[in-house]
Amino acid sequence: MRIFATLRLAVRALRRNKLRSLLTMLGIIIGVGSVIAAVSITTGATKQVEDRVASLGQNIVMVYSGNFNTGGTRGGWGSAPTLTVEDAEAIRREVPSVAATSPEVRDQYQVLGNGLNCNTTIYGEDVDFLHIRSWNIEEGVMFTDADVRSLAKVAVIGRTVADQLFPNQNPVGETIRVRDIPFKVVGLLEQKGFSVFGRDQDDLVLVPYTSHMRRVARRTYINNVLVEAATPESINQVQADITSLLKARHRSIEPDFTVRTQLEVAQMATATAKIMSVLLAAIASVSLIVGGIGIMNIMLVSVTERTREIGIRMAVGARARDILVQFLIEAVTLSALGGLIGIGLGMGASKIVAYSTGWPTLTPFSWVGIASLSSAVVGVISGFYPAWKASKLDPIDALRYE
Amino acid sequence: MKPVIQLKDIQKTYHTGEVDVHAVRGVSLEIMPGEFVALMGASGSGKSTLMNTLGCLDRPTGGTYLLDGTDVSRLDRDQLADLRNQKIGFIFQGFNLLARTSAIDNVVLPMLYLQHRLSMREQQERALRSLDLVGLGKRADHHPNQLSGGQQQRVAIARALVNQPALLLADEPTGNLDSQTSIEIMGVFQKLNDQGITIVMVTHELDIARYTKRNVILRDGKILSDTPVPNRLDAGLELSRLKQAQEAIKLA
Ligand SMILES: Nc1ncnc2c1ncn2[C@@H]1O[C@H](COP(=O)(O)OP(=O)(O)O)[C@@H](O)[C@H]1O
Ligand SMILES: [Mg+2]
Repeated sequence: MRIFATLRLAVRALRRNKLRSLLTMLGIIIGVGSVIAAVSITTGATKQVEDRVASLGQNIVMVYSGNFNTGGTRGGWGSAPTLTVEDAEAIRREVPSVAATSPEVRDQYQVLGNGLNCNTTIYGEDVDFLHIRSWNIEEGVMFTDADVRSLAKVAVIGRTVADQLFPNQNPVGETIRVRDIPFKVVGLLEQKGFSVFGRDQDDLVLVPYTSHMRRVARRTYINNVLVEAATPESINQVQADITSLLKARHRSIEPDFTVRTQLEVAQMATATAKIMSVLLAAIASVSLIVGGIGIMNIMLVSVTERTREIGIRMAVGARARDILVQFLIEAVTLSALGGLIGIGLGMGASKIVAYSTGWPTLTPFSWVGIASLSSAVVGVISGFYPAWKASKLDPIDALRYE
Repeated sequence: MKPVIQLKDIQKTYHTGEVDVHAVRGVSLEIMPGEFVALMGASGSGKSTLMNTLGCLDRPTGGTYLLDGTDVSRLDRDQLADLRNQKIGFIFQGFNLLARTSAIDNVVLPMLYLQHRLSMREQQERALRSLDLVGLGKRADHHPNQLSGGQQQRVAIARALVNQPALLLADEPTGNLDSQTSIEIMGVFQKLNDQGITIVMVTHELDIARYTKRNVILRDGKILSDTPVPNRLDAGLELSRLKQAQEAIKLA
């Protein structure tokens, strides 16, 4: 029997039990759909990280206190009290090809202003911070070197903080209080939106690191040093030089700091995304197996229900192989159709996510192929036993079946 | 002329549970092309078992069966399927049409399993011709549940004929039909037989058997008698007689 005629037959049989076919396909639809959606989202996020790295010129080096490879991560990156302002100055002074640095001190505080309050992160930074991160000021100005030297009580705030403390009003020129210390708002940062890690990049208050350390947090250690290499080519040299410089300065056998290039940071982020997609693939294969069992179950029911039909077909000359192919194609049609619907729904869902969160999503063509192929394979595997059972029926017994 | 069917000492024993049932015990029979045979006998005498053997739906447990000269006993499943497809048209008491499938698609069914493939158009044309032959050309798109019992049996006959078999086998084809419709079906068979098709049918109704040319009577799995039919009835004549009688009742 011709494959096209068999296919038509399968579609007709499936249309006869529309609801049942749909319910049977549901396992495959959900499995394939969730995988396509998740892969689209993680691929989009990964691509965005990579794009950002590229747009940053790939010449940022981060120095974190604590060692990621040993116990240092326990308290979170940059939380061990090992880095100092002097380390940052030494890097700027002694490492060749360093264009700019900014010591970073970050703490969570409640901020008051305009009779309102909010919880946010206070970033103690140097003037170069904005330029290194390629951030811009929307209103007002950035604080100056003189402000840093004089421990000035000035701040540049992010859009989220501005919206919470000064709704519908220009925050520049107003005063905010951190730990009862008044800071004059001199600038408003351009809105950045959410980061690929889901963090609100506008939820911050930027102050001179000197003011933060001496007036607010009253501490002598810094969390990180943000370093800009002069050229993308020099970045690995800069990383190596910083490592040996700090090793010498700290006189430690095990480094108590970590130096990462922007590329490495991005790779850590994309590594997470990759682990996620492996995990998703695992979940997907489980739901595909479950979907396959559903198909096998329904195909067994269908073979039993249609025993008489099988008998009639055999009586008029269908070979065992014809019956086998007929039911196999029916199972494959069921699962492949489920796979296609799943791909469509998954892509639709990822578009909705893209629309509502602003994250770009991307459905890789390879995954569409993998999804179609694996759903077809599930159809073959789960359909084979019922189809084989049907093909082994005795024509007389099948005709007599009530 | 070679016989279409040549049975030599055919046996069929069912092994179910404790006791063996000897349904057919040594039947030898020859049927020539163009014959129209009624297989008769009491219920349980082995008619259906013998028919299933003739139709290659079942294998005998003993003896040899030559269909059109080929020994069927030694063929494998696929070869039997091909024989059923090309040489035999089978008609059942319960019609055995595919439900929710149009008459023409039911008739197309055997052509789907032909080893030499026909184009879709050719399949449709042949199916229509076959339906025309049984007088159902205008009902090609009707589904079985839209057809009367007699019409359904005509569709089944059209299906049995469509691959131009050497042999038409019918197991109690009129068993589910009223007497007038039964005569109509016998009319179809007589017409086909006049065109040269060999027909073997099972019936336990004596008056139906009188439309055939030869009566073989079975008892306990053996042939009791094998006689030609004297004064064979003509379905066309009987039908018009029946209609006149009905008119008379109406007038009276
Ligand atoms: N599949 C079967 N298994 C066991 N016994 C059977 C089977 N089919 C028929 N028989 C027995 O074989 C005998 C002949 O049956 P059958 O050929 O159907 O008779 P008929 O059609 O003349 O009424 C009966 O005794 C019946 O019970
Ligand atoms: Mg019977």
